[in-house]
Amino acid sequence: MAENGTELRIKGGKVYDPANGIDGEVRDVLVRDGRIVDKVSGKARTFDAHGMVVMPGGVDIHCHIAGPKVNLSRKLQPEDHRLDVHPATDVTRSGVGGVTPSTFATGYRYATLGYTAAFDAAVPPLAARHVIEEFHDTPVIDKGFYVLLGNNMFLYDLLKQGRKQDFKDAIAWWVTAARAAGVKLVNAGSDEFWKGRRNENVTDVNEEIDPFDLTPLQATAAFIEAVDELNLPHPTHIHCNNLGHSGNVQTTLDTMKSAEGHRAHIAHIQFHSYAGEPGKRVQTGSEAIIDYINNNENITTDIGMVMFGKATAMTADAPLTWMLRFKDTKWVNADTECESGCGVMPFEYQDTNYTHTMQWAIGLELFLLSQDPWRVMFSTDHPNGASFRTYPRLIRLLMDRGFRSEMMGRVNQKAIKNCLLPQLDREYTLSEIAIITRAAPARALGLVNKGHLGVGADADITIYTDDENRERMFNAPRYVIKAGKPIIEDHEFVDDHIGRFLHTEPEHDPAIEDQIRPFFEDYYSIQFNNYRVDASYLHDHEVIPLRNSGNKKKGNK
Amino acid sequence: MHTELELTTAPEVPIEAECLSPAKIKGLSQSGIEHLVMMHGNRKVRVGDFFRVTGNGQSSLRLEGDLSRVKYIGAGMKEGEVRVNGSAGMHLGAGMSGGVIRVSGDASDWVGPEMSGGRIEVMGDAGHMVGSAYRGQRVGIMGGEILIHGNVKNELGSAMRRGLIAVGGQAGDFVGVNMRAGTIVVMGGMGIRAGAGMVRGSIISFEPVELLPTFTYSCWLRPTFLRFYLCHLGQSGFEIDDDHMGGRYRRYCGDSVEENRGEILVFDSR
Repeated sequence: MAENGTELRIKGGKVYDPANGIDGEVRDVLVRDGRIVDKVSGKARTFDAHGMVVMPGGVDIHCHIAGPKVNLSRKLQPEDHRLDVHPATDVTRSGVGGVTPSTFATGYRYATLGYTAAFDAAVPPLAARHVIEEFHDTPVIDKGFYVLLGNNMFLYDLLKQGRKQDFKDAIAWWVTAARAAGVKLVNAGSDEFWKGRRNENVTDVNEEIDPFDLTPLQATAAFIEAVDELNLPHPTHIHCNNLGHSGNVQTTLDTMKSAEGHRAHIAHIQFHSYAGEPGKRVQTGSEAIIDYINNNENITTDIGMVMFGKATAMTADAPLTWMLRFKDTKWVNADTECESGCGVMPFEYQDTNYTHTMQWAIGLELFLLSQDPWRVMFSTDHPNGASFRTYPRLIRLLMDRGFRSEMMGRVNQKAIKNCLLPQLDREYTLSEIAIITRAAPARALGLVNKGHLGVGADADITIYTDDENRERMFNAPRYVIKAGKPIIEDHEFVDDHIGRFLHTEPEHDPAIEDQIRPFFEDYYSIQFNNYRVDASYLHDHEVIPLRNSGNKKKGNK
Repeated sequence: MHTELELTTAPEVPIEAECLSPAKIKGLSQSGIEHLVMMHGNRKVRVGDFFRVTGNGQSSLRLEGDLSRVKYIGAGMKEGEVRVNGSAGMHLGAGMSGGVIRVSGDASDWVGPEMSGGRIEVMGDAGHMVGSAYRGQRVGIMGGEILIHGNVKNELGSAMRRGLIAVGGQAGDFVGVNMRAGTIVVMGGMGIRAGAGMVRGSIISFEPVELLPTFTYSCWLRPTFLRFYLCHLGQSGFEIDDDHMGGRYRRYCGDSVEENRGEILVFDSR
């Protein structure tokens, strides 16, 4: 937090603030005490932004940057770190990079791309404490996470017994106890097949899960409805079933339909937009998927684009990594008690490979066919589709038709012949990029003070040198201002910042705890009293207000 | 002509001296060499703080003294010669692609990691992980020769892909673990689990070996290629007797948990 009285005037930049309808207008942005204001005194420090592009700080709605799974990946790839050392500066700390950088390097590297907030998309409640501790060491950016509830045995039991209100209260209890910003489902129902039937997976979302007498689709629908009714700021964040399988389009469409008008966020939808026969070559299913999204306003999504190069499959979808693994690859599979599974595997996307090229193309197709940038957002599912460091290149691919066709010439041509990409000549505008990387994620997450530069907003601002080469432009903002404090000036770090932890607290009947406790004491390896994340773990934090709740609760300082 | 550096101050903690390689000193004046930067623990120091330098930068470098705490000698060298009269520290010749390193005493762990060419000769013993892949890497050395006249410890040549490693004395456990290809010759016996996970390549032992159950006997033979290799090693200062030169070797193939295309040749009789 900037000290009281710190004032800034960002003068003469082209401002892209789509949430407030400002599209490249030359105007000043004024900052006082970490917020955007409409007036500053004559003593305000002035940044000359003439000819530069001013945007709110980026918000990553879906990435994996903290916790045990990221640590597994770090430990699994020492070679990746050794060759990418992140040196300390006078104001910042050192670390190592690679596909899964160390905590400090993660924060700084997000900042050097102009991102000032990021949300970890898969945290089992048991790992919440670890994640929050790592967040404390992930500098500059604000951060939060979605808690994994999609394979939670207690919740499934409640569903089986038809106890709807208890189910809702239990979800709210878990979100509050883990200090999450939202609810995440990953391959709902699959853990029972995976753990109970030896290496099996859900293939049909309408097939009943043995002990629970309900189908994955029914479970998903119940979560979507409950989360919406709880007024959580972010809708259920769903990793659909059958990720990565040819022909999974139908599963994805069924899942979106099961929302029945309730709000739902479909994560990394690129991985769920594959046509073709199961077990055969992937075909593009982007048209069917994006048509549905274009026509149904209750659905938001992030794309989870693929970019060629090193990545790491990192997911609570344990059967997926088991399927992807091949001879000589390192991989880890883990079980998280009654809550979740986990798989981690280093991976490389190759432009000579048909499937990888197809995945790359489908990600771009979905964006280029999308009609509402407010509901189709930018992500690579870092580090699954690609490292977050590829964002500038992907942005250029969206903004620059020439660059796109040049790249299409260099990749697997069979895939290019089979996809729609060559027919699409749309180019994203700067304003649209500002929506998909900033304004829309902030809105979808219920962050009223982020993703825009209106009066009262958090002063998270990035200033780019306007450059025809959008990759170069987005790769290195000239200035990054976080909470009203200049962090990067002329491409160099000038200050450090811890960043804030963002979570939410849905209302619920605390009596539900008495139901959870006995289950917990029967089946878990740790004491119930050690499960809930207590307030001592929350550093500078902020409670994201529930929808329609009007007044905003504030965290401590 | 050569450049001579004599260690005058024994370092309390290891020094990382990637600058002690012909390419880094060639063409520098004496004081230029003295001003090269090394890391002493986490502090930057000058070569002149620890070494007495004689002569300008030549493509031949002679190091005197107990350098067992000086790491990365000859790292990344492409040509020229480094001669260590004494012992050398860890990561000797890391990433070298050409030239020669000779050590009259012992070398420590990690001799020649990521090597792709050139030659390292150690007259004494060496530590663990000689000619091995760095942790996490799928492939180790890609070429070159590592000749150790004394004994070595565990994981000799792990994941090596190409090249020759010869050991005059004993080797520890896991010789050639995860080896992809290449040749390892061990003259004084080796520990357990030799060739575990090897895909291709040859491991030659003059002494009997306790083999893993995933290696199977295939035949005996008098390998012609081995005579060439052993002649070459003989010329490099190893003592090879005629029995080994032309003798019978029992061939075991494995590792059958991998492709079963590797071999361990164990000397049998004349």
